[in-house]
Amino acid sequence: MMDLSMQPGTFLFEAWQARWSLLNGLGVTMLSSLWSIVIATVCGTLMGVALAYGWWWLRLPARLYVDVMRGIPVLVLILFTYYGLALFGIDVSAFWAGIIALSAFATAHVAENLRGAVQSVPAGQMEAAKAIGLTFPKRLWYVILPQAFRRMLPPWVNTGLEIVKGTTLLSVIGVVELLLASQQIMARNYMIIDFYLLATVMYLIINFALAQLGGLLERRFSYLRY
Amino acid sequence: MTDTPLLRARGVRKSFGQVEVLKGIDLTVRQGQVVALIGASGSGKTTFLRCVNLLEEHDGGEILLDGEPVGYRGEGAARRRLSEARVSAQRARIGMVFQQFNLFPHLTAEENVMLGLTKVLGKDRAEARETAGHWLNRVGLAERRGHYPYQLSGGQQQRVAIARAVAMQPRLLLFDEVTSALDPELVAEVLGVMQSLAESGMTMLLVSHEMLFVRDVANHVVFMDQGKVAQAGPPREVFGRPESERLKNFLGRMHGIFGHFEE
Repeated sequence: MMDLSMQPGTFLFEAWQARWSLLNGLGVTMLSSLWSIVIATVCGTLMGVALAYGWWWLRLPARLYVDVMRGIPVLVLILFTYYGLALFGIDVSAFWAGIIALSAFATAHVAENLRGAVQSVPAGQMEAAKAIGLTFPKRLWYVILPQAFRRMLPPWVNTGLEIVKGTTLLSVIGVVELLLASQQIMARNYMIIDFYLLATVMYLIINFALAQLGGLLERRFSYLRY
Repeated sequence: MTDTPLLRARGVRKSFGQVEVLKGIDLTVRQGQVVALIGASGSGKTTFLRCVNLLEEHDGGEILLDGEPVGYRGEGAARRRLSEARVSAQRARIGMVFQQFNLFPHLTAEENVMLGLTKVLGKDRAEARETAGHWLNRVGLAERRGHYPYQLSGGQQQRVAIARAVAMQPRLLLFDEVTSALDPELVAEVLGVMQSLAESGMTMLLVSHEMLFVRDVANHVVFMDQGKVAQAGPPREVFGRPESERLKNFLGRMHGIFGHFEE
């Protein structure tokens, strides 16, 4: 069992010694998650609108993108982005290569969820928006998207959780996020179970907070009934 | 009153696939008139109404609002749809109230009315709020301005929808069976608002099954049958001297439901 005293060689002592590495790893995990979620939300929204309303020459490539992205393992995507971009002479750090890959992956999910959400808004909403003379972009922004976002909140939170968990894969290309930071600490003190457990708890806390935030938003927008 | 009718439809045609729903509709609405479209379901009344506001696109003929073609320019092969911006501008001059209210559920009653004022007419929020307040007061809902649609009854929602349409100061108001989805005891409050609008000189084109209301409020009644105008005239004439068997049958069925409405 874990010794909870602060002697050298105990878990608490080792964790305290490693606090800056751990916090740094945690920071990288949160930062890469945040960037990926933001980029995926913006790009996914645009692509979802293209899927729902686009002309065929817009819809077709978007459809293809979504289907391809959903069929590729995230790890393959990350490795491909990291080494592939280098092949084309594009020099990005491992950190940004990872964010690009995770965003590209999550964009497909957000796009598909948004398309579904948009199409589940009753047709009468679009008609009423037309009838008062709103142009298409304004119909989307003021009438359709606010309702669609409310509907896609639960799957959006899911995508966020997947991204946070997906950042562990960035360790493979050498990004020192929470998992790799923990592993580097284990390599020094061999307290494998303890530090995997610590990492697990930290991931749980992040994702629990994210899920709570989702629940909060859902209640905040609960007036959306029909 | 000018000589150009406010709305003029000529030979309006519309098909859904193989089914021709409108087979050449001619219809004129003059400023200040209340025109009612009546007829059995499937006769094309609602489709025609939706064509006026470009929620459906007519395949042939033309619809003129203040002499200007709605939705299209050119004839035959040269017929082109107007740009999105032009179509939206035309729609802004025509208000519409729907059977299912279609209030925006994420906005309060006041915000529902304000949206078109700020985002289409470009009024500032203070002015839009004042206008919205005026019209919500007019439909008897001043104290409900901060309520969301789900907090309102069907009749209240429909009155907000009317306020939303009329606040835009449209040239023409379209009503598409606006009381059909209401509980019977809520119908009167909505019809009352419509009657008061008609009396204030609002030009209205409505599809309705409320024959008593049509008889009392409309200046002109159009009986549609199988995609055509079968008979049109003042209510007294259409209800009192039906020319076709089909109109007689239709009125007879309505008669059974609503009691006497002939003179």
